[in-house]
Amino acid sequence: MALDKAAVAHIGSLARIRLSEAELEPLASELSHILDWVEQLNEVDTAGVPPMASAAAASLPMRGDMVTDGGCPEEILGNAPRVARGFFTVPKVVE
Amino acid sequence: MSFGSLLALNLAEARDGLARKAFSARELAAAYNDAVAEAKPLNAYITPTPERALAMADAADERLARGAALPLDGIPIAVKDLFCTKGILTTAGSHILDGFHPPYESTVTEKLWQAGAVMLGKANLDEFAMGSSTTTSWYGPVENPWRRPGDNQPLVPGGSSGGSAAAVAARAALAAIGTDTGGSIRQPASFCGIVGLKPTYGRCSRWGVVAYASSLDHPGPIGRTVLDVAIMLGAMAGHDPRDSTSAPVAVPDFEAAISGDIRGLRVGIPKEYRIDGMPGEIEALWQRGVEWLREAGAEAVEISLPMTKYALPAYYIIAPAEASSNLARYDGVRFGLRVEGDSLDAMYELTRAAGFGAEVRRRVLIGTYVLSAGYYDAYYLKAQRVRTLIARDFAKAFEHVDCILTPTAPSAAFAIGENTDDPIAMYLNDVFTVPANLAGLPAISVPAGLSGDGLPLGLQITGRAFDEETVLRVAEVLESAASFRHLPGFIAGGR
Repeated sequence: MALDKAAVAHIGSLARIRLSEAELEPLASELSHILDWVEQLNEVDTAGVPPMASAAAASLPMRGDMVTDGGCPEEILGNAPRVARGFFTVPKVVE
Repeated sequence: MSFGSLLALNLAEARDGLARKAFSARELAAAYNDAVAEAKPLNAYITPTPERALAMADAADERLARGAALPLDGIPIAVKDLFCTKGILTTAGSHILDGFHPPYESTVTEKLWQAGAVMLGKANLDEFAMGSSTTTSWYGPVENPWRRPGDNQPLVPGGSSGGSAAAVAARAALAAIGTDTGGSIRQPASFCGIVGLKPTYGRCSRWGVVAYASSLDHPGPIGRTVLDVAIMLGAMAGHDPRDSTSAPVAVPDFEAAISGDIRGLRVGIPKEYRIDGMPGEIEALWQRGVEWLREAGAEAVEISLPMTKYALPAYYIIAPAEASSNLARYDGVRFGLRVEGDSLDAMYELTRAAGFGAEVRRRVLIGTYVLSAGYYDAYYLKAQRVRTLIARDFAKAFEHVDCILTPTAPSAAFAIGENTDDPIAMYLNDVFTVPANLAGLPAISVPAGLSGDGLPLGLQITGRAFDEETVLRVAEVLESAASFRHLPGFIAGGR
């Protein structure tokens, strides 16, 4: 599967990673190279084989639905680059 | 005891020395703090914590004095900087976690401190544990304490737990913890001439470990001997309700499993691991390993794991897919780096462009692509189906054998800067280690010999799920037979 520059730019925007025009061509070639290599999986007949998401038990354990932590907003906000009045802040998203 | 002879003790010997009061935990911690400083040129640590080490050692001495010693009391260890440590800078080797001081402690480190272990510092690693050479860290590459005799070229320690492995090999830590997603404990152990164990998936909690690929990430111990990693594992293992994939199974006495007796055990030798281009000396070492186990009374059985060659390409779909999802949290809002932009999306994009290094970006992009509409079935589901077949290969083999013997890696340590032009050349380092991650099986690397150019090579034992005891028992027999006594060119305290 060969990716072109437009496809790489699209993947970059899906992944929220800004890519410069100069990076697109080398990335297109690197990513295409990796995709070509993984395509050897098509040699394997997987008809009727279920997908495996984890080596752990298939069912998730249940726990009581109760509050076991919290009440520490200062600790939670302590690592944030920008805070105001007990909230994380981000650039304006509504007009 | 002199500085050098104190550092020369392994974990089990140091534990005995502390119990006998031959030296204090404070003396041991002070010696290791000095060793960490002496080993600084290796760049094995991102954040040394010497004062914390002394305070923890004093607490250990107080318990030792009143006869209430804990299992790891006074044992100084390095912690891969992927484990969250409360109030101590935790970087994952990434620019994007600049200044992150976790408000909580990972389960595994919490268990180690509760067992009396002493923290020397946070060890360097490939960024977000993505790499096989510890050259992708924002904090610079780690150097292997080993060099080719007569050659000054710095070599990689392997990766991604390269700082942990280099520290243990250079005697700048008595033991260490790492994580293994595709070989990141075992391959550096092989490259540095020490022992590294990836336990069964679910044996050690992932809670508080910065996530790379959640279904493949395994915390585990690194040490100088098989016994040392067994002792470490005993303190790290156990069910944790905070990790939904943590297994609710009892923790056996791993130390007691090391009996030296493997008579009658059946050891599988998978023919598919004889890959093209593998150096003859690794093939020869593997053969010697077979003979050592035979001489100890085990039976070698040829087995087939036909899906082996597809493990690596399946891994390089599944791991990036999980990484692209896990790393979505680095958005410049709640922690770490933020690069301002004129909109929310611009802020996200600029932060992530500046904060992620080249290999992390590559994997996030690949992962995003294979999960995107139209490609999900062709790549991601296909890889997960192949993963099922790989796990079935092992399940079938374990109907006939008790463990599997293979090389750990297809080469010895290479020079810093090698294998960087082609990502796939770097990925091939993990060809023998990745299958155990996909299947979730325990596997250990034991130093077994030297390459023609004087560098350590490891052999790997893989076992049944939750049968670390057999893995450790066989590994110790291999270790005794190989009697690997070589030391790297650099060790703290001098040779």
